[in-house]
Amino acid sequence: MYSPAARAAGAPTKSSLPMFVQHPLFRPLAALAILLLIDLIMIPGFFHLEIKDGHLYGSLIDIANRAAPLILAAIGMTLVIATRGIDISVGATVAISGTVAAMLIGGTMVMNNGTPEYVANTPMWMALAAAMGAALLCGAWNGALVAGLGLQPIVATLILMVAGRGLAQLLTDGQIITVYYQPFFFFGSGYLFGLPFSLFIVAAVFIVTALLLRKTALGLFIQSVGINPVAARLAGLKTASLIFFVYVFCAACAGVAGLMITSNIKSADANNAGLLLELDAILAVTLGGTSLAGGKFSLAGSVIGALIIQTLTYTIYSLGLPPEVNMVVKSVVVFVICVSQSAEFKTMWRRAFPGARGGKTQ
Amino acid sequence: MTIISSAPAPVLELRGISKAFTGVQALNAVSLNLYPGEVHTLMGQNGAGKSTLIKVLTGVYTPDAGQIVLAGQSIQPQSTLDAQNHGISTVYQEVNLCPNLSVAENIFIGRYPRKLGRIDWSGMAKQATELLERMQIRIDVTLPLAHYPLAIQQMVAISRSLLVSAKVLILDEPTSSLDEKEVDLLFSVLRGLREQGMAILFVTHFLDQTYAISDRITVMRNGEREGEYLAADLSRVELVNKMVGAPAAANTGAPSAGAATQSGVDRAAAAGEGRFKAFLRAVGLGRKGALTPMDLEIREGELLGLAGLLGSGRTEAARLLFGADKADSGTITIDGKEQTFATPRDAIAAGIGFCSEDRKLEGAVLDLSVRENLILALQARSGMMRAIPLKRQQQLAEEYVKALGIKTASIETPIGSLSGGNQQKVLLARWLVTDPKLLILDEPTRGIDVRAKQEIMDYVSALCKKGMSILFISSELPEVLRVSDRIVVMRDRKAGGEYPRGALDETTVLHVIAAGDQHV
Repeated sequence: MYSPAARAAGAPTKSSLPMFVQHPLFRPLAALAILLLIDLIMIPGFFHLEIKDGHLYGSLIDIANRAAPLILAAIGMTLVIATRGIDISVGATVAISGTVAAMLIGGTMVMNNGTPEYVANTPMWMALAAAMGAALLCGAWNGALVAGLGLQPIVATLILMVAGRGLAQLLTDGQIITVYYQPFFFFGSGYLFGLPFSLFIVAAVFIVTALLLRKTALGLFIQSVGINPVAARLAGLKTASLIFFVYVFCAACAGVAGLMITSNIKSADANNAGLLLELDAILAVTLGGTSLAGGKFSLAGSVIGALIIQTLTYTIYSLGLPPEVNMVVKSVVVFVICVSQSAEFKTMWRRAFPGARGGKTQ
Repeated sequence: MTIISSAPAPVLELRGISKAFTGVQALNAVSLNLYPGEVHTLMGQNGAGKSTLIKVLTGVYTPDAGQIVLAGQSIQPQSTLDAQNHGISTVYQEVNLCPNLSVAENIFIGRYPRKLGRIDWSGMAKQATELLERMQIRIDVTLPLAHYPLAIQQMVAISRSLLVSAKVLILDEPTSSLDEKEVDLLFSVLRGLREQGMAILFVTHFLDQTYAISDRITVMRNGEREGEYLAADLSRVELVNKMVGAPAAANTGAPSAGAATQSGVDRAAAAGEGRFKAFLRAVGLGRKGALTPMDLEIREGELLGLAGLLGSGRTEAARLLFGADKADSGTITIDGKEQTFATPRDAIAAGIGFCSEDRKLEGAVLDLSVRENLILALQARSGMMRAIPLKRQQQLAEEYVKALGIKTASIETPIGSLSGGNQQKVLLARWLVTDPKLLILDEPTRGIDVRAKQEIMDYVSALCKKGMSILFISSELPEVLRVSDRIVVMRDRKAGGEYPRGALDETTVLHVIAAGDQHV
């Protein structure tokens, strides 16, 4: 039985723990640390980093690089979830933005005096703008359905989830479109100052979002709408515009992720690009400590959540476990982390072990 | 009350219950005895520890020390369900039933009668009807619960406790949302249950009701039991005295009969002479099914009272004025300019604030801090991009916490952990920081204790003197009569009449409500 009063009453039991344990990011960080510890013991050279051709190489870099699209999706998803919403069309938006970009760029290799040169069908900046435009349209569609027509978020975004991928496949005639245009590959596999360029994109999106939340009243407004939409409206908030905005924002993040993925695989695969990315994003948000009931959220938590998921995948593959095991192990880890975060479990734990306060799984 | 003298063994005993939260001793060695066939009222100001005591009793909290003894056996309820299985049933202020299920389903939820492995729907309906008839209520139990008014919903909640043959029935401020007729109905049901030997623990803020129903009164103050008295032996003056813990000669019948009232008289005289300019004028304002088109004028610096029973259209009128609901007829003119309020935002821009009657559902954003709740409306008005600097927010919050005497550990405490009266003060402050020209207060003092009530009303009166217009809505007639410069009486979703200060007394208002003495 959830009640704020009961929660407030629960708080003092925790006060005996050190400050850092009480921090909302403690659990996700601890989970990540445990995973990394396992890697340290089980995988030789896991933390080894080396510089090759001026680029930094190593497992850690690889994980961060591969997690980039998921982190982007998780950032967008965090804001949607904070307003009590959910967006299950992220994967479809990824496919649409990637397909639009790949189709417009396309690219052909032209032999010029014996040296190959790459020519794009459409100037790259226009292709990128069109791809992002398509993603924003997707978000506006979701936002209009949820905020304008008052559809339930899961149903509203289900429409695009089904239709979006179909639309992308129609655009490509069901074919995989390969891109032959070197500059475009920079997004997904380029390097800047020795680090993958994707990390810079992720950092930029994260910083801009965090600033937007901190320096404007957006964070306060999103939480208010998520916790008590009626009160928020009566206090004079434009609740509908806010909700519309978070879906557009989420789609924009998915759009960037789509460009990244397309650039990385050098082609637009309308069937598989970003497939089930929304579920991983929701998972990342949950692992980061943001409740699906909306309200209080943690952007940093979602980033850590995404890193947990990617590290887990990497660990399983590196340990040489068969791919079939991947799903099972992943689900077990997710189960453990989610259960340890549930209020009911914490109460049960405290009752079972009155000495061990706080309910942390040991 | 003859039952008391025979004094059988108590059915439920609380012995030395203590409970502390974050260093605050909410309960300190509190003892309480409940006897069968008796209504026992728990009185005390907000924060006196009543709610905590009830929560310990119903298994929501585990006490730090003390014992709960039910019929001679020590029990430790772990949850409300557990408490119920022990025979302790609770009915809360906010009815927590399922509005979309039928009355019968709500009564039998979790223990549907079965026949041949299937749910016996007709048997269930029959039993539910019988159960309610024992309480003199005859309704169609197959209709959804939401179909019935709140009072009936509460009776349904009570009937559930009959079903589990509870020995102890706890009613936590059940009358807060009921009008007088409904309270009478509730009390006749309670009297019936008392006859049947049920021990009833009744929590309320209303003195009248306390004396109407109680056999025994326990007064709590600052987490301690102040004393236990027979209702017949304790005068009102003494009771209030014990609750506030101060000599309370003036605190009984009409609190705050001092300066505020005097200035009110002056203002009323001024209003009569037409010295007050109209701030807001609504003509033919109405909405289908909610409010029959009515005219309303609110003058600058005036405290206009809207009197009437629950469902008389008071709240509906306020919501239309604030744009919370859209009017389908009529115009609103402010300072001579015609306005349309499609959303509360429009009304706020025009200088109106609105404290809703439903604090929890429409006011407080529970997980957010006192500071965030306090600046929310101001921030909404200045817009998302122009964030109020944190320093300024803290300054405002500190200022109003002090000015209104809000009891909170800090301004960063979540508002949900404050007591009702203090939450209400924060919400009042939310509007005060926006410096509104008109503040609509819908039941601002409902469900809060005597002292907080008086503090809020004194503060509001002072604001009025400074030129703010107030539209004051309350079910408590004496309060409306005391503070208002002018009173509009509402009945049956329309305006029943308008009266200057002093032209009305309680009997006349009741007469207007009952007979409909219309002259508007």
